[in-house]
Amino acid sequence: MLSRVAERLYWSARYLERVENTARLVSVYDDLLFDLPHNVVEISWYNLIEINSGIEAFNNRYKVQDERNVVKFLLSDDDNPSSLLNSIKLVRENIRTTRDVLPNEMWELINELDLFAKQNIKQGINRSARHAYLNTIIESCQKIIGLLAATMDRDAGWQFLILGRYLERADMNTRILDAAASLMMQSQQEQDLELGQVVWSKVLKSQSAYLSFRRTMRSSIRGAKAVTFLLNDKYFPRSQHYCLEQIKVAAAELPRSGIVIMSADRLLKETRSVEHSSDLNHEFSDYLNDIQLSIITLHQQITENWFNFQKGEAA
Amino acid sequence: MEKLTDNYNTSVFFDELINSSGQAHPPAKELLDYLNGLPSEELEKRRITAEATVQEMGISFTVYTEEGNIDRAWPFDIVPRTIAAKDWEVTAQGLKQRLTALNRFIDDLYHDQNCIKDGIIPEHIIKDSKNFRPECVGVSPKYGVWAHICGTDLVRDEHGDFYVLEDNLRVPSGVSYMLENRAITKRVLPELFENDEILPVGAYTSNLFDTLAALSPRDIERPEIVVMTPGIYNSAYFEHAFLAQKMGTELVEGSDMFVDEDDCVYMKTIYGPERVDVIYRRIDDLFLDPEAFDPDSVLGVAGLMRAWKAGNVALANAPGAGVADDKVVYAYVPELIRYYLDEEPILKNVKTYLCDNAEEREYVLAHLDELVVKPANESGGYGMLVGPHSTKKEQQKFAELIKNNPRNYIAQPTLKLSTAPTLIGKGSLEPRHLDLRPFILQSKDTYVTTGGLTRVAMKKGSLVVNSSQGGGSKDTWIVDTKGA
Repeated sequence: MLSRVAERLYWSARYLERVENTARLVSVYDDLLFDLPHNVVEISWYNLIEINSGIEAFNNRYKVQDERNVVKFLLSDDDNPSSLLNSIKLVRENIRTTRDVLPNEMWELINELDLFAKQNIKQGINRSARHAYLNTIIESCQKIIGLLAATMDRDAGWQFLILGRYLERADMNTRILDAAASLMMQSQQEQDLELGQVVWSKVLKSQSAYLSFRRTMRSSIRGAKAVTFLLNDKYFPRSQHYCLEQIKVAAAELPRSGIVIMSADRLLKETRSVEHSSDLNHEFSDYLNDIQLSIITLHQQITENWFNFQKGEAA
Repeated sequence: MEKLTDNYNTSVFFDELINSSGQAHPPAKELLDYLNGLPSEELEKRRITAEATVQEMGISFTVYTEEGNIDRAWPFDIVPRTIAAKDWEVTAQGLKQRLTALNRFIDDLYHDQNCIKDGIIPEHIIKDSKNFRPECVGVSPKYGVWAHICGTDLVRDEHGDFYVLEDNLRVPSGVSYMLENRAITKRVLPELFENDEILPVGAYTSNLFDTLAALSPRDIERPEIVVMTPGIYNSAYFEHAFLAQKMGTELVEGSDMFVDEDDCVYMKTIYGPERVDVIYRRIDDLFLDPEAFDPDSVLGVAGLMRAWKAGNVALANAPGAGVADDKVVYAYVPELIRYYLDEEPILKNVKTYLCDNAEEREYVLAHLDELVVKPANESGGYGMLVGPHSTKKEQQKFAELIKNNPRNYIAQPTLKLSTAPTLIGKGSLEPRHLDLRPFILQSKDTYVTTGGLTRVAMKKGSLVVNSSQGGGSKDTWIVDTKGA
């Protein structure tokens, strides 16, 4: 497999995952608004910009940090390289030049998604039809993942799709936890209990983790438990632990994977459990930030190892 | 009931399907009987099916416009063009003969130049050719073959005789459309394929693979063969991806490869460098290697010429092969066939006046209103003067061009190109002019496609078949009428 083709597959999977996660993230904030107790807290849409490292690009573009601007920035803005529409476009561009190693139908499905997302973008920005719009986006992503799962050879190309998907998912996992934790930190102590119930159940739902959490943890929804589940659960396919395991397994099928496996292992060992909701403090935020930095390092190792070709390297 | 072909008028031209008294030629008989039996709504339905099939299969070509590059759906006419198998056999022999002689000629030019010493072709014609590459002198590609993939354009005159219009020995394209045209027709007119008379075309990609594999400098079981594309913005990218996929080879860009200190070519894979044995390159000579040619080329691979000259990689077509598709050289091909093969040419050349020759130049200048004038080294139908359709002013402009650079111009009589029934509007057949581009493969063995790509000028009376200029295409059927 050509390094260039491998890199494009990896990025197509990352962008596809980003599309789905962006839709999930906006969706959960949207939903949160309906259920929050009145006057409990001023929910800040701007949190979404902060956790996605979009502060500079956003402030260059907008003065007002309100819902409409935030949602526009996340879904449709050209200035935001990670916006939903830009991410879909980048999936499509990467697929266009790797069609020969992917199932035939892949191209048609990504074209469908691209057309739908562009043509109906207004529904995503206006609140009334937002839920249905985002839901269709999430479903389209899952259709593509299903197609790949059912028809693609488990060759090197597949492993690069897995690497891209789970690295992106692990990264987003930390950002979603960070968003929820910082929302809680902004609130008053006496509101914690009520607010915590709402926020953490939304977070779990956004990850399709609600039922799984209930079955596995057999407890009421508390910050510490939800976070522990999303970080550490072995079986839930969007947990930090599971994502890192998948990266390890995929890398093991590829040549010269030692360094990547080592990094993933180190991250796995550092994955925390949280005892008390009071532990979800600034120190915890820093911890999440450290994971994000480690994930960036892991990405650089993948790039250097397989995509940035070293001429002298033995075959 | 009025039949579809009742009002069809073949006029003074040779028609591929219908003779001058309105009867079907034998290979077209079943086809026309069938089409005549279809109600006109049904015919329209088939046309729509064809359009939808083109969309679904994603068959496109790229058009360059000011607003950017547009991927256009492939223009396709559902009425196939038929040729009798026994006529085709002779033509195919002629094509093989022609390419064999051309390859002997190219090999001679880069070695002893006997054809010049023996006075077959004047030296200055070669010396002044834009496509003669001094860098290639003395190189000996395997089998003495330089042009491995050739697309030769054929036309038929008013008597139905085949003529060679030009040979494309650089990077001829169109073969994927030939294959896709057949795939579409099978979906649109499946009933007609039930008897075995239409010869299949599908062997091309495996023949191409065999042709390329035979070029491998290493004697190994699985030589590494790649298709090299300039990238997604090239008008033929669809074809590059198509051929790579069908042959099961890698589709590479220049930046995917490098030449190492051992003068071998490697591609950059996730496993490390992998040696490349054969490159089917779909980029022009001058972009191949920034070290040897255009230093600004970002499409090529530095050192590629070095590796090729050292015999460590095969390039198809070989650099420098284009010297033989110069339109001035064209005029000498019949002589070259006699010279190298000691055979009479099977296929005819169109009468060609060389402006380089004083006597012929005078004739051309006096008959600009009748002739077609072509520059020696352009393709795609650019820079031409079609005498009968030109203004006095245009003729004067060309007279100047010819006088300033006679070596660069040739002229030919305006041909009465053959026609074939083409679906125009709803359920009406009208004659439209067409040509035929068969593809000839040569390395260890020689293959000719069964038929080729038929291109058709969709505008009434037009002779321009290029898809970039409004041309369409048809499936080409070589029909075995079992001696009938």
